[in-house]
Amino acid sequence: MADQKKQVKIDVGDGAAIPSKSDKGLFSAWLISFFLAIAVLLGLLFYPNAETAGKYRDILVFLKDGIYVTFQVTFSSILLAIVIGFFTGLGRLSKIWIVNILASTYVEIVRGIPLLVQLFYLYYALGKFIQVPDKMAAIIAMSICYGAYMGEVFRAGIDSIDKGQTEAARSLGFNSAQTMMYVILPQAWRTILPPVGNEFIALLKDTSLVSILGVADLLRRGREYASTSFDYFETYTMVAVVYLIITLILSKLVSIMEERLGQHDQR
Amino acid sequence: MINDKPIIRIANACKYFGTLKALDNVSLEVSQGEKVVIIGPSGSGKSTLLRAINQLETIDSGELVVDGDNICDPDVNINAVRMELGMVFQSFNLFPHKSVLDNLTLAPRKLRKTPKAEAEAYAMKLLAKVGIEDKAGQYPAQLSGGQQQRVAIARALAMNPKIMLFDEPTSALDPEMIGEVLDVMVKLAKEGMTMVVVTHEMGFAKEVADRVVFMDHGQILEVGTPQHFFENPEHPRLQKFMDQIL
Ligand SMILES: Nc1ncnc2c1ncn2[C@@H]1O[C@H](COP(=O)(O)OP(=O)(O)OP(=O)(O)O)[C@@H](O)[C@H]1O
Ligand SMILES: [Mg+2]
Repeated sequence: MADQKKQVKIDVGDGAAIPSKSDKGLFSAWLISFFLAIAVLLGLLFYPNAETAGKYRDILVFLKDGIYVTFQVTFSSILLAIVIGFFTGLGRLSKIWIVNILASTYVEIVRGIPLLVQLFYLYYALGKFIQVPDKMAAIIAMSICYGAYMGEVFRAGIDSIDKGQTEAARSLGFNSAQTMMYVILPQAWRTILPPVGNEFIALLKDTSLVSILGVADLLRRGREYASTSFDYFETYTMVAVVYLIITLILSKLVSIMEERLGQHDQR
Repeated sequence: MINDKPIIRIANACKYFGTLKALDNVSLEVSQGEKVVIIGPSGSGKSTLLRAINQLETIDSGELVVDGDNICDPDVNINAVRMELGMVFQSFNLFPHKSVLDNLTLAPRKLRKTPKAEAEAYAMKLLAKVGIEDKAGQYPAQLSGGQQQRVAIARALAMNPKIMLFDEPTSALDPEMIGEVLDVMVKLAKEGMTMVVVTHEMGFAKEVADRVVFMDHGQILEVGTPQHFFENPEHPRLQKFMDQIL
């Protein structure tokens, strides 16, 4: 049948492995990791030795603001990256030579430079021209990096929609923007959303890099605590466990979302 | 039913795909209310000609006037012209994420700003006309090919076009579904719609076509009534082609 959609699986990120029901090994790996992480967290917070337990509680309380900042940077960056990615994806598909070249070059350059180097570079480059708060600079830098990856997600998602859909819409009189809005994107988002979820998790982990730029994220708060208390081991144990729990929960959410989308396809 | 004013005028149209000449100096006029059937072997340029009429393909040289608008003129709003030109594709191209009813109402609501209730009432009327009003709430994937193609015809009609273009509308269908689609097209023809149809269904051509056009290698080689095509085709290639399809 002509309307049968090619199901395109896009995998560009390095987000946590997304568990799915069909993948029993991963599914149980997720369960084991999650309960292990929770057990470790509870074990530390309610350690039989009151002094040790107190230390871990102090650390967690100190990290709380950092968790908030990590989420703030992640959410802001992903939203901006989605916007950048949408236009980059369109640019990569554009028949207008210059637009296509611009978008492709951007993707190529960003993919060729390590994220940490880009962060430093953009941070200091931005600082040369405009005075922006550290957090803002970090968000902009993260968005520019991830926008390139998002661009590939959008490009593949939009490209997966049959050309006949565009022709049908255009022949009815829709212009290209309306065609995108009413016909292409409503179909493409099913392909786009899962890898966006992946990128989201990958981005959350990568935000730990911004701690180097002076942003008081989860990792930065941990470093601050450790450098005054000298409890390096305890602090980084807590930091790792918190990151792990967050990413495990998020990957579970992404897998639930994927499953929902899968069900829709069967209508 | 036909009046003499041409509603489509194609003059000396040429179209290249790389070095391949897909349209070679094609000229054709279609009058209002006229039904023209285009036949020809695969790769002869039938689709290219049809798609040039609504600018899904742009021609490299020549003239193309549709409903008084020179559509090669960059100042002409092609989207407005396309609203007057319904098109039906071989592969239906229904919007799979929309119900049958929404497939029909999307364009009128967004482009003509028709109020929802009015657009839906008209859509139901069209669905009744093509014989599938009971499928209004279903999704394209739930319909048979013949039903999908009838929805596609209704979707094009929902914009109230002046001209309908069909590109091999029954070629992707199982044989038992071809009739139901052709019936709808015959009905439409009898109502006076201007139609340009690429098809090899010679029964349909015989019943409704005012003129049949034979294309080969990007050129129009012969134009005539269906009777002429059946009884005394002149061009040797047309004679051969008619032998093959009949
Ligand atoms: N987008 C394109 N790019 C390159 N060549 C093309 C393109 N579209 C069509 N062609 C070529 O142009 C010629 C005419 O194609 P067209 O689709 O108009 O033929 P047709 O008569 O409709 O054939 P069919 O009966 O197979 O549909 C063919 O040789 C085809 O390969
Ligand atoms: Mg064709």
